Amino acid sequence: MRDIKVLGPGCARCKTTEEMVKAEAARLGIDVTVEKITDYEAIAKFGVISTPGIVIDGNVVHAGGLPKTDDLQRWLQA
Amino acid sequence: MTTQALGFRRSPVAWIGGIAVAIVAWFAIYRQLEDFSRAAVARMPIPQGSALASSIEFFLYDTPKVLMLLVLVVFAMGVVRTFFSPEHTRAMLAGKREGLGNIAAAGLGVFTPFCSCSAVPLFVGFVSAGIPLGVTFSFLIAAPMINEVALGLLFALVGWRVALTYLAFGLAVAIVSGWVIGRLHLEGWLEEWVRNVRAGDIDLQPGQMSWVDRFEAGWNAVKEIVGKVWYWIIAGIAAGAFIHGYVPAELLSRIMGADAWWSVPAAVALGIPMYSNAAGIIPVVEALLGKGMALGTVLAFMMSVIALSLPEMIILRKVLSLKLIAVFAAVVACGILAVGFLFNALFS
Repeated sequence: MRDIKVLGPGCARCKTTEEMVKAEAARLGIDVTVEKITDYEAIAKFGVISTPGIVIDGNVVHAGGLPKTDDLQRWLQA
Repeated sequence: MTTQALGFRRSPVAWIGGIAVAIVAWFAIYRQLEDFSRAAVARMPIPQGSALASSIEFFLYDTPKVLMLLVLVVFAMGVVRTFFSPEHTRAMLAGKREGLGNIAAAGLGVFTPFCSCSAVPLFVGFVSAGIPLGVTFSFLIAAPMINEVALGLLFALVGWRVALTYLAFGLAVAIVSGWVIGRLHLEGWLEEWVRNVRAGDIDLQPGQMSWVDRFEAGWNAVKEIVGKVWYWIIAGIAAGAFIHGYVPAELLSRIMGADAWWSVPAAVALGIPMYSNAAGIIPVVEALLGKGMALGTVLAFMMSVIALSLPEMIILRKVLSLKLIAVFAAVVACGILAVGFLFNALFS
């Protein structure tokens, strides 16, 4: 079970990112929990300054803009 | 088949060739626009030389022109922005002191891409990395104020002198306002959690970007930005067309001319609650300038519409106390007033 957090105050891109993560995990058949973090203080503690950000098992793998599908695949399988 | 198509799309040669063809076609079409709009109006059953004809001609000429320019500017900026990132900018500003730091922050504010919903994380990230409050403000003021879309359109529609002075004075307002806010030592007016948070430093592996990635980023910016602002632009051009055809020049130059000292504060007061897209404002600016409105007044109006927006202040309320937001708005408004008065004095 991989623990994934999507960081973002709730703009359109943050929602799209969350959906992309879920869809890609389902496609690869990887078991994940996806949590959306909207609290600014919590986002700041991860050190992310441009949203949306993606945290996988406690590691920030992405910040700013939509992720690319092949990157998502790489992070999920790593 | 699909992999082949994908391979073609990822080929730098295909991209450069495509861009070259597109630029040639762009200029060929662009040069025909004026003749086309004149010919189209001549075929319409309306009296030639009337206010209506003049309005329609303005509209038919300006709409494709502005949209085409926008595509060009946004694509170029989208490519340039791939060389900057907020994380990079923070690292560059971290060691800077006030003064030089304000100048660097304002300059980086123009190019660093971030969407408005990132304003708060960015602010917190800067402050917690030890970047002085005033320097952070210089960045936050410059970023919306010197909007690359507005700058590109001004350059094309109103001329390089106006575009360049807008750039120079926009930077000046961001630098001086940030510096003043820094001098006031208002760190205590931040929301408490912002002062206490110690942001972790993240170590992102920046994936190597190829030129194809950068071109794709430019094209994505075109789809996203143009897709979002085109109706603002058409509305702006329609307003501009009306002004162009129907508003008598003497009227505007009398009430909005350089002689009326109160026109600058009035323009700023009018601009703050207005929240328009920069792209929608420029066609209106073009028409107003054509009618003799003073340049300083127009610039002050534009800057206050773009840089002091109510929605942005509401977002910033999450990290700043109301007092600090008030100081921020007041300092920036004073800067804009100064630019307005200075320009009217210089160019009248």
